[in-house]
Amino acid sequence: MSSTTEAITGGRLMVELLEEAGVEIVFGYPGGAILPFYDELYHSKKIKHILVRHEQGAVHMAEGYARSTGKLGVCIATSGPGATNLITGLTDAKLDSIPILAITGQVATDAIGTDAFQEADIFGITIPITKYNALIKKADDLARHFEEAIKIAMGGRPGPVLLDFPKDVQLEKTSVRKASSLKIAPHHYERPKVKGDPQEFAEALNQAKRPLLYVGGGAINSFASAEIKALAEKANAPVTTTLMGLGAFPGTHPLSVGMLGMHGTAYANKAVLECDYILNLGARFDDRVAKYQDFAPNAVRAHVDIDAAEFNKRINVDYILHGDLKDAIREILPFVKGGERTSWIENIQTLKKNHPLDFDNSGDSIKPQDFLHRVYTKTKGEAIVSTDVGQHQMWAAQYYLFDRPNTWLTSGGLGTMGYGLPAAIGAKFGNPDKTVICVTGDGSFQMCIQELATIAQSKLGVKILLFNNNFLGMVRQWQELFYEERFSESQWTYNPNFVKLAEAYGIPAMKIEHKSEIEKGVDFFLKDSGSALIEVMIPAEEKVFPMIPAGKSQQDLIEFKDLGKLKK
Amino acid sequence: MKHTLSILVNNHPGVMSHVSGLFTRRGYNIDSIAVGVTDNVDVSSMTIVLNGDDFIVGQVKNQLLKLPDVLKVQDMAYASSVQRELVLVSFSITENNRSEALTICNGFDVKILEMTEDSLLIEFSGNSRQVTNVISVIKPFGIREISRTGQIAIAYRNQNSV
Ligand SMILES: Cc1ncc(C[n+]2csc(CCOP(=O)(O)OP(=O)(O)O)c2C)c(N)n1
Repeated sequence: MSSTTEAITGGRLMVELLEEAGVEIVFGYPGGAILPFYDELYHSKKIKHILVRHEQGAVHMAEGYARSTGKLGVCIATSGPGATNLITGLTDAKLDSIPILAITGQVATDAIGTDAFQEADIFGITIPITKYNALIKKADDLARHFEEAIKIAMGGRPGPVLLDFPKDVQLEKTSVRKASSLKIAPHHYERPKVKGDPQEFAEALNQAKRPLLYVGGGAINSFASAEIKALAEKANAPVTTTLMGLGAFPGTHPLSVGMLGMHGTAYANKAVLECDYILNLGARFDDRVAKYQDFAPNAVRAHVDIDAAEFNKRINVDYILHGDLKDAIREILPFVKGGERTSWIENIQTLKKNHPLDFDNSGDSIKPQDFLHRVYTKTKGEAIVSTDVGQHQMWAAQYYLFDRPNTWLTSGGLGTMGYGLPAAIGAKFGNPDKTVICVTGDGSFQMCIQELATIAQSKLGVKILLFNNNFLGMVRQWQELFYEERFSESQWTYNPNFVKLAEAYGIPAMKIEHKSEIEKGVDFFLKDSGSALIEVMIPAEEKVFPMIPAGKSQQDLIEFKDLGKLKK
Repeated sequence: MKHTLSILVNNHPGVMSHVSGLFTRRGYNIDSIAVGVTDNVDVSSMTIVLNGDDFIVGQVKNQLLKLPDVLKVQDMAYASSVQRELVLVSFSITENNRSEALTICNGFDVKILEMTEDSLLIEFSGNSRQVTNVISVIKPFGIREISRTGQIAIAYRNQNSV
């Protein structure tokens, strides 16, 4: 083994490795099987530990931290129930490619497999939902596993990794503190060289009359925003982003056509139908965006991705570049010719004018779209926004224009209710100087509501914007449109008094119900840097438009103005 | 269409679950899987036979290559590789058909491992079709127990030799 010094315990070594890796904050919850490690953490001056109220909170906080800072997110849980509480968040991180290191306690090695107290085969359980995982059997192996885990979490297409850390291994002494060699082949973590022909790739774009750039979450992971902007401007190509790609291209840029997909803008979805060339930059032709092989039916399709397994997975493409997005765009840029494309740009402007995002704001009730727009204006678009899952998530995606990467935190792939509040907390820890807003619904909020205590305990300034429709709104919307208004189990017949609840945690709170209160509400909510909750009562009937019904394609888009036709 | 994938993996616990789990997760059926360590104790070789068109096999290959413990994946074309399977069968015989059974065994190059008054235990190896063939010929005698290894494969060095 390469470097040996005096022997220390596995637990001590884990703390030192985390420190050396630059980890400054970890989110976790202790328990018997992880106590030796926690005892060592007690002495660390470099690592701040955030005590959560539920391990699901810990992993989502790590996700929010990672997504908003671009750094590794770390969460810790004990064995058995602590570890299994991480499952949802790890799956979430896998689907959205978020780099997370989960460290779980495990029963002592001689008890593994005996159904010991608080034993769960978390290694086996997390095989399908992690990018890499390992059970550390000897303290001597820790350094290697640690290095592999971190490299894999951050490298290539990022993702969650898990190290299962038995109690006796935490206590065992080792002097091996550096991996002498890694068992995992470098291509799993090194940044691959761009493969493909950048010139040929660029030529296809040059030939296009109606090009469209389609930007996904990979753009955020590879910090490629500046390159995407340069490419779009040079080629004079409009840009649409996926839900995960929001912020990778400025939402206020003249070339932006906003989000595409199920609840994307009508003009983005129409642009997809009309373009003659579509360039996928770090997206994955997700089924909420691209329903069928005939996605962008008139277009030559090109795809840049760091994950070779994404090519031709759902939609066949004509041109491929395999590699990191930032590097790839840098390679194709010199071959890209400037384009006028006047009629295409005009065409896009007309689409925007004729098919705007729309809602009816005539009555006395508060419309979430309106409220979100005002929050956007008031924060000058500079806040970090996390969401839960449902209608509020889509309204936030539509009405808060994201100009910067790493400012939009949402559960895109898994659609995890309960993500929003902890993700906002994680983001606030990573960005103490920024305004962090959690947009949530009365359903989602109650899934990780216990993390209000984590806010209170750390005196954290997280803003909570709670849209209350006394319904599982998105479920209601589907039931109204596709299940003949049979609202099976989507209405809350009981909701707590959210204002009192927040106040019970020492968080100032206010409830508004009428349009006349909007200004007061926005001001209250954003007045200082402290935490606050605003409960906004909204009509249960309010729907998210446009909408492409599940299983349908861009052709079948329903706009707000079509609503009358739809109801017949 | 049947494809034979030869996969080199790191030889440590959990790798088998990682690989087979990948198939389960994507709803692909494994026809057979055979694993053994190579000359390097740190590396195992897996041969997986699966049914699927080129698109499916391409997907499987791509996904397999994403697993950190997978070192190499090779799609073995039948014509340019040797494919073998071993089977052990114990079956019933009677005084009347014993010599018929022995004749069949001789004809097929079957190895006889044990003979009792009323049974034969045999070993046979060949490609999967041959193995299936031998089993079907033996079947009428009354099979008592059977154990197949699943297919293993290796590519010819000289691809012109076939
Ligand atoms: C953990 C989890 N359970 C169930 C769902 C299914 N689901 C999707 S949206 C939704 C309703 C969300 O209601 P709410 O949080 O009140 O938001 P709204 O749609 O009213 O804005 C449900 C139940 C989910 N996404 N996640």
